[in-house]
Amino acid sequence: MTAIYRHRLFWPIVALVTLIVINAVARPQFIKIRVQDGELYGPLISILRDSAPLMLVALGMTIVIATRGIDLSVGAIMAVSGAVALTIIDGAEDPGNVGTVLIACIVAVLVSLVLGAWNGFLVSVVGIQPIIATLVLMLAGRGVALLITGGFITTVNSEPYSFIASGYLFALPFAFLIGVVAIVILSLVERRTALGVLTEAVGINPEASRLAGVRSRSIIWGAYIVSGTLAGVAGLIYASNIKAADANAAGVFIELYAILAVVLGGTSLNGGKFSIAGTVVGVLIIQTLDSTILFLGVSSAQSPVFFAIVVVIVVIVQSARLRDGLAALTARVRSRGAGVQDSDKVEVA
Amino acid sequence: MDGVRPLLELTGATVRFGADAALDHVDFRLYPGEVHSLMGENGAGKSTLIKAITGALAMDEGVLRLAGEAVAFATPHEAQLAGISTVYQEIELLPNLSVAENICLGREPRRGAVMSRRLMRERAGAALAELGLELDPASLLGTHSVAVQQLVAIARAISADVRVLVLDEPTSSLDLDEVAELFRVIRELKARGVAILFVSHFLDQVYELADRITVLRDGELVGEYLTGELLRIDLVQKMLGRTVSELRSRERAAEDDAEAGAGAILRARGVTVAHGVVEADVELAEGEVLGVAGLLGSGRTSLAHALTGVARLESGEIRVEGESVRLDSPRHAITLGVVYSSENRRRDGIVAELSVLDNITLALQSERGVFRRIPPARRRELAASWVDALDIRPPDLDRPVGTLSGGNQQKVLLARLLALSPRLLVLDEPTRGIDVGAKVEIQNLVGELADNGMSVVFISAELEEVLRVGDRVAVMRDGRIVETVVAADVTTDSLLALVAQPGEDEE
Repeated sequence: MTAIYRHRLFWPIVALVTLIVINAVARPQFIKIRVQDGELYGPLISILRDSAPLMLVALGMTIVIATRGIDLSVGAIMAVSGAVALTIIDGAEDPGNVGTVLIACIVAVLVSLVLGAWNGFLVSVVGIQPIIATLVLMLAGRGVALLITGGFITTVNSEPYSFIASGYLFALPFAFLIGVVAIVILSLVERRTALGVLTEAVGINPEASRLAGVRSRSIIWGAYIVSGTLAGVAGLIYASNIKAADANAAGVFIELYAILAVVLGGTSLNGGKFSIAGTVVGVLIIQTLDSTILFLGVSSAQSPVFFAIVVVIVVIVQSARLRDGLAALTARVRSRGAGVQDSDKVEVA
Repeated sequence: MDGVRPLLELTGATVRFGADAALDHVDFRLYPGEVHSLMGENGAGKSTLIKAITGALAMDEGVLRLAGEAVAFATPHEAQLAGISTVYQEIELLPNLSVAENICLGREPRRGAVMSRRLMRERAGAALAELGLELDPASLLGTHSVAVQQLVAIARAISADVRVLVLDEPTSSLDLDEVAELFRVIRELKARGVAILFVSHFLDQVYELADRITVLRDGELVGEYLTGELLRIDLVQKMLGRTVSELRSRERAAEDDAEAGAGAILRARGVTVAHGVVEADVELAEGEVLGVAGLLGSGRTSLAHALTGVARLESGEIRVEGESVRLDSPRHAITLGVVYSSENRRRDGIVAELSVLDNITLALQSERGVFRRIPPARRRELAASWVDALDIRPPDLDRPVGTLSGGNQQKVLLARLLALSPRLLVLDEPTRGIDVGAKVEIQNLVGELADNGMSVVFISAELEEVLRVGDRVAVMRDGRIVETVVAADVTTDSLLALVAQPGEDEE
């Protein structure tokens, strides 16, 4: 019993289930799933589909945060990626050609990879603090995206490109499947190779890791490359969804939501131990909350406040210190008279 | 001192970090108008004691009395208001503010509600003049040298109403003239009745300045002495301590002097590292243990860093098995079979939140590379065999290393390095701050490893240990290896004399 409470995914999952239950009670059709032409539809399916960009970005953010870093440039990289892809498609003779779209997507993701490598270079080789290093691209990236689109919002009408965000495969939204593939690949790479544990070692104690012969530089560099690449794919989905490259709107604030998702999933901002499953749950919490606000008919002016309140509650419920404090309090009340005094001292590093 | 009440008195001071006591029922007194020196090796508890006095750390037990009254400072600021000022080794000022602003920080002179810059400059000017510093109070602190910044920190400490002045290694970045100037000020303050706690690694300075000396070792009080009555050699002995423990006497593998020629694993010539080692020569044969003895700051750690790729050489040459190598990283050294265990287990050794399993296999895994993962079953088996061989307790592979005792953490570190099957093991104070049982186990282990052909450099502040474990002992002073002796030919006392001897080439 107690083992379940202590599992670090316990509270995030409780939060997610609670949100879904509240929705289901308020509007029963929330949990209805329709099958139409062999494809699944319904609010829950929409949540899965819409969560794809945040999912990709948050996965990358998880790895970066595990190395004690942070990547603020993901939103800007999304904008660049979308701009690159749509400019190529727009300039092609046949925008509806699958090959054209494929090339556009590959080029856009490669550009994102290079941008991630740039971040990683600044952090791991030059030694700039991650928040500053990625701030550079966060601010400059949208300018680059505008430069690529020539200052316009490039719009295209391309069947294959629209498929990325709104298409279906195996009865499920294609965008959602992209997220699933990313989750699977990342989990395999982190846990089936030694990358996960070495990343954690570097995040917890960089100097000890260096002395043990860990290639900390490559590991940190790699984390930013992964983050940039995933942001690039997220940018493709976003641009496909609105069929346009909007450099000023693509991925705005997504870095903050991604950090929130990582933290909700139980990964500490201090680096070290990370949980991919936790991040997945964190993303679903945020996306469900987003839909909840819509479903409950909260006015758009009030929605940020509503969002903030719920997030605060979730974070407080998850706070280990608060729970320990409560546990200590109940223990003290129970053992009153026994005179047990238990002062846990936090180790000073 | 009879009849005079101590200005500051600490009784039964105890501070625990987890299971380890950093300070164990220590008493300490400080009289008005005296300079009192606090002595001890790394980890003796000096900084912990200072932090307990200045409110930077809460004591688990013990009472602090100031002028006879029990006080408890929740923050350093409260201690400051009570007249206890501290200057730390690392300058804790703001380089982007002016000298005057730094000196008056937190107690800016006001006229009504408005801060008065003129008054501030006057006050700062007065404090600087007292130190004989000709410095524009309006200049930015960051534009001055580290030494001057250190003096500004001292000016800041004495510009307040100071009754107790704590100086933690204030001279480490000063040159001789500046030290003399600082000493003049300290003597003046002393004449004014200020109680001064002076911490320094330089014995000469301690003997020049201090009236009394309190020695700490492993968090415990060794004693309090009048400087005039304590011989330098006795002081060093008290700092380093002697622990008597039964040790399987290691029969020195019948040395038929086969070391001549090909047997040398390591040959270092003229090794020099900035601010650390000067022109050190080291030679080590297969299966030999070289002890390194020296006080804190003698260059013993820098030497270890130089030999293991942690620090880059300024000049000199290192040959591993006859091959000249330029070690550019610990990783590079590891590929050559040269591994290093840091003196600071917690900061540079263990990865506290990772399990015993992950910690033991960390170095081996990174040597194999990220994508050649050690199969999980093989990995557990390997770690379990080390846990068994070194008797790591509790024998739980999945427990975070940070929750183990110091001795067991050290064993995990050793296991991590031994799993690499190294040829040369460089151990920097591997037995520091661990209990006697684990200490003896580690000493014995080193002996066994050497018997099996591994070469070991064994650095320790405890001379008896160095003599017991080492075949030969290199004595370091002021960054130089001043002598290399055969362990069997010297006693602890004669080694002590070598270590403590005042440097002939300084001053």
